[in-house]
Amino acid sequence: MSESEKIKPVTLVIDDEPQIRRLLRVTLEANGYQVVEAATGAEGIVQAAQCRAAVILLDLGLPDMDGVTVLKRLREWSRVPVIILSVRDRENEKTAALDAGADDYVTKPFGTAELLARVRVALRHSDKLTEEPVFRSGQLVIDLADRHVTVAGKEISLTVTEYNLLRVLVRHAGKVLTHRFLLREVWGPNADNQNHYLRVYIARLREKLKTHPNQPDILLTEPGVGYRLIEST
Amino acid sequence: MSEPLRPSPDALLAALQNDAARGKRGQLKIFLGMCPGVGKTYAMLEAAQRELKARRDVVVGYVETHGRAETQALLAGLSVLPRKKIDYRGMALEEMDIDAVLTPRPQLALVDELAHTNAPGSRHPKRWQDVLELLDAGIDVFTTCNVQHIESRADTVRQITSAEIRETVPDSVLDTAEIELIDLPPAELLQRLEQGKVYVPERASAAAKNFFRESNLTALRELALRLVADHVGGETQEYHRAQTSAGPWKTGHRLLVAVSASPFSEPLIRWARRMADSLKCPWLAVHVESSPELGEPALARLEKNLALARTLGAEVIATTDENLVRGILRVAQQHNVSQIIVGKPSAANWLEWWRAGSLLRQLTRQSGNIDLHVVRAEKSGAPETKSPFRWLPLSGWKQYAAVLGVVTAVGLANIGLMQLTGPRVPGFVFLMAVVILALFVGRGPVFLAGAASALAWNYFFLPPRFTFIIQSTEDAVLFALYFVVAIVLGQLVARIRAQEFAERHREERATALYQLSRELSQAGTRDEVVWQLTAEVGRVLNAPAAVVLPSNRGLAAHPDSPLILTEKELNVASWVFEHRQAAGKFTDNLPGADALHLPLASERAVLGVLSVNPPLRTLSLSQRDLLEAYARQAALVLDRIALRAAAEQSKLVAESERLSNALLNSISHELRTPLAAITSATNTLVESKNGELKSAMVGEIQEAAARLNRLVGNLLDVTRLESGHVQAKLEWHDIDDLVQTTIRSLQRELSGREVKVEIEEKLPLARLDFTLMQQALSNLLLNVTMHTPPGTAISVQACKEGKDLVLRVADQGQGLPPELLPKLFEKFVRAANAPTGGSGLGLAIVKGFVEAHGGKITAENKLSGGALFTIHLPQSESPPMLETPA
Repeated sequence: MSESEKIKPVTLVIDDEPQIRRLLRVTLEANGYQVVEAATGAEGIVQAAQCRAAVILLDLGLPDMDGVTVLKRLREWSRVPVIILSVRDRENEKTAALDAGADDYVTKPFGTAELLARVRVALRHSDKLTEEPVFRSGQLVIDLADRHVTVAGKEISLTVTEYNLLRVLVRHAGKVLTHRFLLREVWGPNADNQNHYLRVYIARLREKLKTHPNQPDILLTEPGVGYRLIEST
Repeated sequence: MSEPLRPSPDALLAALQNDAARGKRGQLKIFLGMCPGVGKTYAMLEAAQRELKARRDVVVGYVETHGRAETQALLAGLSVLPRKKIDYRGMALEEMDIDAVLTPRPQLALVDELAHTNAPGSRHPKRWQDVLELLDAGIDVFTTCNVQHIESRADTVRQITSAEIRETVPDSVLDTAEIELIDLPPAELLQRLEQGKVYVPERASAAAKNFFRESNLTALRELALRLVADHVGGETQEYHRAQTSAGPWKTGHRLLVAVSASPFSEPLIRWARRMADSLKCPWLAVHVESSPELGEPALARLEKNLALARTLGAEVIATTDENLVRGILRVAQQHNVSQIIVGKPSAANWLEWWRAGSLLRQLTRQSGNIDLHVVRAEKSGAPETKSPFRWLPLSGWKQYAAVLGVVTAVGLANIGLMQLTGPRVPGFVFLMAVVILALFVGRGPVFLAGAASALAWNYFFLPPRFTFIIQSTEDAVLFALYFVVAIVLGQLVARIRAQEFAERHREERATALYQLSRELSQAGTRDEVVWQLTAEVGRVLNAPAAVVLPSNRGLAAHPDSPLILTEKELNVASWVFEHRQAAGKFTDNLPGADALHLPLASERAVLGVLSVNPPLRTLSLSQRDLLEAYARQAALVLDRIALRAAAEQSKLVAESERLSNALLNSISHELRTPLAAITSATNTLVESKNGELKSAMVGEIQEAAARLNRLVGNLLDVTRLESGHVQAKLEWHDIDDLVQTTIRSLQRELSGREVKVEIEEKLPLARLDFTLMQQALSNLLLNVTMHTPPGTAISVQACKEGKDLVLRVADQGQGLPPELLPKLFEKFVRAANAPTGGSGLGLAIVKGFVEAHGGKITAENKLSGGALFTIHLPQSESPPMLETPA
């Protein structure tokens, strides 16, 4: 019993709405997580230090300070994955939170299944100390060591930039990556405003990774924010 | 969104309140005496004390006790307001401070000496005008007055006592007043006088002795008693009339008094007023302007006469006609006049007597069923300024010089001519010269030309030459005829010219008015009215003008006005605005101001003030008429504009009311339906143990929650659109990505339908706001799912047409109801048979988002059936080039 208690990851829920906290506690505990609650930003920061949370669910509209401020304060000393849970659905707010160091963004109202999937992705990334050399999603197999990409067993030839872009997406698979992040990672720090590069290369990647027209995309567009590569579940 | 229009209903309200306040006019009570010393002030103070006991709010605006203790004692308990000190030529004069009375808004104010003349620099020249302002402000006033100061009785008093009366109060002030006579038998008054109980200024004591004679006092007493009796009689008569009939002027009488620049007009006007009083009928004072222009003194006298008529309550009408009688009768017929009053000519001047006599004969002949009163009028006391009739119109000295020059030149030419023709022909040449001269110069110079040429002919040409003697009878007759012909011709031509001039003058005025009214009628805004009005006034009077209009921050001159108003002038303008009367230069209100201020008043409200600063010493009647006509015209147009704005405002209010009702209905329905579903489903969940039912209920809850979420999203979008905060963030995007992402986000809603996506091959990147367009597309698709049966196929097309990116969403449903097509994209517009689940906001949001891109959206029914929505997004740039991928 104590053994299983120990391996249960701790999730810290920072939200001022008791109903949301209650709901999250029920859902998360039912799925094998421990839950610590905080109703204010200040309390959340203290709790984050004390409870060694494996993942933090953070609301943006807190009574004492803005969620992004809490995030920035956390990022000063911790790399713990933070998932933003907010009713704010304007893309610039999402982008701001993601650029401030959030790992993911879930808009309220949210589906429990979706939330749990995001939590799992976040946990996996923080656990992962070394990159897996081979990534699989559906029929797509990417061997990062060999720089090999196959779809349904057929080898795909990619340009250097296409491959670099795909590699960044794979490395953060399941996470939403902002335009800015992708541009900097692939094209370097001066490419911030060259969004059209991204559009073109994403379109080319999609084209090449597709086996037949009706196959569901594994490269998702997050409107106004960025892209996300779906992990196979 | 309608905020900037808001002040106009407030302004309307203010105007209404103004009118209401005007309705509650103060009551005037006059303590009338036959002469000084009867105890008017004492009686007034006694009455005030009674009012004070009745707990009324009484202030003393101005009371002169002349230091008498008994009177002084009666001031006890009354609040005596400070007086205004005015420095006039080194003398410190004290006057009533009208603002000090107006500000505390007492119920009753005491103001002594109604006929008093205020010191120069006061707001009004006369105290009775101050009192009228107090009454207008809704304050009751007690005042004192002697019978000699009543305008219509002043003449009689002058005749009885031969005392000069300078200060008078118009009878119209008495009309609405309550009069209390303070009566004292003459013997008692004389006794009081002897005891020194009557205040008589030192220097006037000699004159006073003459005045306070028993015979005088008896006559004055009778006059005062009769005045009061007339007044009371009038009141009862009025009362009876009000009881029996509706209209106040049922008698049908209407008087007309002809007014000219003559000093005789003044008593005539007073006579007319008395007669109108006794007949209880309205009266007109009419001046007929004819061609010989009046000189400055005559003009001033005319203005004074007309002003007197105005203060005595007449309607003043000025008209132009070459024929005096015709002019008078025209006005009489237009106004249903029953009796005409004209002055009896005095025999002082035979020419004038003859002229006036002929006028009278004409008037008698042509007046038909109108009664004629010919009244003997004495000149009023004012020293007479001679020459009411001028033989010659003014002509410049240059004209006389020019005439002499021409006559001399013609004479020289004639000397040559005489060698050939003899002495008679030069006479005709002279005559021709005179006639031609008459075409160019005034009456005086023509007369001179006639006389000079006749004499020159006689002296230089007719034998014996170089004498004024004429030898032959023939020559003498010729000479006499020449003289007559020259003068008559000159007169005739001059008269025609004068008529022509008057005609032109009238035409100019008519044209000016016509032009202004035409231009104003096209004015749609207050700015345009100001431009037209100031431009026209500036053109006609050659003076800068300003229009003062009410704004949010009180009255202010319109910024486009050519005349800059000082703080002081602006104060005068606001007085005009409040009191609906002209003020400033050339008027009786605040005459010390630099500019003339006329109210722009319609029947409904005062809309502004026209201020003009003409560089003239006097304003002629016609100029003033024209200005007033301009002001009336402009007021009408301003009124029209204000009314239209108010109407639009109320339309807007009604529209927004309709919208907010629709919003409330729609929102409450939309919010409650999913809430009801959630509530009842959860209840079922709690009670039920049936697994299948449970999962069905869960499905209902999810559906309801999704619907609620959609609604909130729509409401937020609409709010953002309406607050004007939606700005498309244009970036280069892949259209395929846009369409696919949208369709994916609607997976659940689109399930069971075939969605055909056709994207043009090699469609370049397009500049758009991804989020907005995704939302627009998704709203369109949702709209289709809502209005077509499940399973109906949908097609989404994207292509480039010219420079536009075109997106098309089409379905195979039964199409859009045709009656809805024109307003499909308005808020809360829903088809009558629309299925539930929509808020009527979706398409409005689509339109808003598309328009935020500078694009447009249209909806139509395809010929092959089904609805088709087309979005055009303009693409001004071509997409940037990429460096060749490595």
